[in-house]
Amino acid sequence: LPSAKASESLSLSLQAKMSRPVQARRLEGIDKNIWVEFVKLAATYSTVNLGQGFPDFPPPDFLKEAFVRALSGENHMLHQYTRAFGHPPLVKMLAQFFGKLLGRDLDPMTNVMVTVGAYQALFCCFQAFVDEGDEVIIIEPFFDCYEPMVKMAGGMPVFVPLRPKAPKDGKLMSSADWQLDPAELASKFSERTKVIVLNSPNNPLGKVFSRGELELIADLCVKHDILCISDEVYEWLVYDGKEHIRIASLRGMWDRTVIIGSAGKTFSATGWKVGWTVGPNRLLQHLRTVHQNSVYHCATVAQEAVAQGFQRELDLYGKPESYFIQLPKLLQQKRDWLVQSLDAVGMKPIVPEGTYFLVADISQFKSDVPDVAGSDEPYDSRFAKWMVKNKGLAAIPLSAFYCGAHKNNYDHFIRFCFAKEEATLKAANDILQKWK
Amino acid sequence: MFFASRSFCCLGIRTYQLQTDLLYRSVKLSAFGTMAFRHKNTRRIEGLDSNMWVEFTKLAADPSIVNLGQGLPDISPPSYVKEELTKAAAVDRLNQYTRGFGHPSLVKALSQVYERVCGRKIDPLTDILVTVGAYGSLFSTIQALIEEGDEVIIIEPFYDCYEPMVKMAGAKPVFIPLRYKNDGISASSADWVLDPAELANKFNSKTKAIILNTPHNPIGKVFTREELQVIADLCIKHDTLCISDEVYEWLVYKGNKHIKIATLPGMWERTVTIGSAGKTYSVTGWKLGWSIGPQNLIKHLQVVHQNTLYTCPTPLQEALAQAFWIDYKRMDDPDCYFYSLSRELESKRDRMAQLLQEVGLKPVIPDGGYFMIVDVSTLNVDLSDVDEKQPYDYKFVKWMITSKKLSAIPLSAFCGPETKRQFEKYIRFCFIKKDSTLDAAEVILKNWNKQKD
Repeated sequence: LPSAKASESLSLSLQAKMSRPVQARRLEGIDKNIWVEFVKLAATYSTVNLGQGFPDFPPPDFLKEAFVRALSGENHMLHQYTRAFGHPPLVKMLAQFFGKLLGRDLDPMTNVMVTVGAYQALFCCFQAFVDEGDEVIIIEPFFDCYEPMVKMAGGMPVFVPLRPKAPKDGKLMSSADWQLDPAELASKFSERTKVIVLNSPNNPLGKVFSRGELELIADLCVKHDILCISDEVYEWLVYDGKEHIRIASLRGMWDRTVIIGSAGKTFSATGWKVGWTVGPNRLLQHLRTVHQNSVYHCATVAQEAVAQGFQRELDLYGKPESYFIQLPKLLQQKRDWLVQSLDAVGMKPIVPEGTYFLVADISQFKSDVPDVAGSDEPYDSRFAKWMVKNKGLAAIPLSAFYCGAHKNNYDHFIRFCFAKEEATLKAANDILQKWK
Repeated sequence: MFFASRSFCCLGIRTYQLQTDLLYRSVKLSAFGTMAFRHKNTRRIEGLDSNMWVEFTKLAADPSIVNLGQGLPDISPPSYVKEELTKAAAVDRLNQYTRGFGHPSLVKALSQVYERVCGRKIDPLTDILVTVGAYGSLFSTIQALIEEGDEVIIIEPFYDCYEPMVKMAGAKPVFIPLRYKNDGISASSADWVLDPAELANKFNSKTKAIILNTPHNPIGKVFTREELQVIADLCIKHDTLCISDEVYEWLVYKGNKHIKIATLPGMWERTVTIGSAGKTYSVTGWKLGWSIGPQNLIKHLQVVHQNTLYTCPTPLQEALAQAFWIDYKRMDDPDCYFYSLSRELESKRDRMAQLLQEVGLKPVIPDGGYFMIVDVSTLNVDLSDVDEKQPYDYKFVKWMITSKKLSAIPLSAFCGPETKRQFEKYIRFCFIKKDSTLDAAEVILKNWNKQKD
């Protein structure tokens, strides 16, 4: 076919012509992702995976049943589009539930928006509020997606670390011992600061910010008139009787805060990818604009099931059978078990006040990890990779949760996920004991 | 219990909260101007807030209205598809995260199906990205490959999200209309064509991509090989990318063949082809789609994906994979859903056309897709007294919803500013509807001329 040959040779000669890169500049510097690497390593080598954050136990029966009910009902329209900004039964439940928790009247249509996981909620927030040149304050260590999302929006991330204070004599360090220096925090605010990202309970440390700490942040938000993106996906996973305080309930904060939540973490169903945002209409209207121009609708069936899950929890609120009480109770036991396990082998756990993550200091732990001359890869990253390949135990290096410039400041910690069956945690213990 | 005692002392806490808020606000009143400015939206979404679907789905939500507007089936998805989802949800690990760029069994199934269709090897891990609907694929593709300074050619009428997505990426949409070539014979979607010279004029050194949609929404046009070759030649000549939205790829009617522009010589390396589970299996509410293309393009979409939502839901992807395997194995069999749905829809298409013809209308018979457009100006409905600046078709559809209890979508919603006048006499009907819905539409249409408003 002469025309085919001609166009083929034309295309070959023109391929060299594309001198500008095919990809958009907004992708610059955000192509790397630790999960792609570590998930692959865990899949290839691990026998015990305490790495990526998801439960290896199932969602509660009542939630699975709700999903099946939604599918088997007469109404096959649950397989079709629902309302773009959130399935009506779900937004109504979320408005009711969070309205009670915040002490506010929430309109399900304007104060709530459903997203594809909390991840997409974060994306909508950055796209809606961060313009080129805007500064965004991120507290380290941070859930790693905040930095690339800020960059993709053309913003400048400004980092401020939680700094560990020595624990009281004889006690194990707690996530509460990692704190912001108030003067240091205040110094990070500038005229260009648009947003601060708060994550409490914090992944990876498990820190649950106290009222005093939140007030410190709130005062600065109000003083500098900035927005707060409050990632509260682990809101139910708090231990030892601690209280999860919502920064939006502090004075002056409702109007400038977007609260983010996750069904995946709330109901142990990370694979459903249902998340939400709660906030004033003035802010949520812009999230809706981003959402309707990026994803538009979220899958219907899971939203229906999550709505029913919330109904059940609303009915049982405060009662012992409430999943929001049972889950943290169960996880606290697992936390304590893992703490003991790590402490016994010389990995020094930082006892988390919340989330299902635990960070351990490995600086005193015997290390078979070979030195690599000239490598700028942080020690904890090399340790974690060596550990999964040689011991079959997967965990995540803490340096993954720091910006490039600070990775080497905290390079002797690793993060474990303890939302795992007893058998998994036992197996992890066996590996650690043998290693010692 | 700690939580119970604190959180639900509603009244007391709320009153206190409101009082302190009011006090606080009166102090901050002077700074209010600053607050409003600082909390403004970003430039990238400026002017993109309106969305006609929000308005029209609300209007049509009344259950007494026969809804032929929004493109969603009211027929049931095939039972095996629903069963696969029930099966998947029962497997514990399928309720947790899966691979970010696409659940392994799904990308494997997609690669097999499309290898067969395209006649080339497709690597499931590098050449495919699974997204939240084809909508998510369009977004990922545009965010990955389009930026400020770029121009993107959009063929009118167009699925309405193309324009705001291109604008959100900072680029300039360049429109070119399909034009009706009037030869007097009854209208078919094939009568709507691009003028090759006009198209060629739209390409310049800034053109980064052209968005192609075949089978086409709303007209139902199935681009022929010759028409695709014209587009392909220009893409190659100007070294332009092609974003090919093929969500209705299986819905082509007798005498027509869906051709993938990516299979034309020189096109695979510059084309991202987009597909949709919602349209393939009549499960729009599953919101799963995919982008297929060469690794050097798909890798950038994957970067966008890992920075926007990371993974798509697991049980839905597993169920979809299983459904694909079932149909992949019978791709030589006429009972394969890809072909049986098309046959089912062809008779609905013909019925819809007949109903409209009986009212004295001349619908444009689509060669593919599940939409049909029709010129309603011949009905001579006088809406000049409706005091709105909206185009005629918007006013017509709103009037039809309220007075005839039948909904459709105005075609000017799918046009750029220059062509709205040209298309404002057309409205779009969706015919992927069960018989009882079409029966109800028939009653309304048969009685149309009997009611004088």
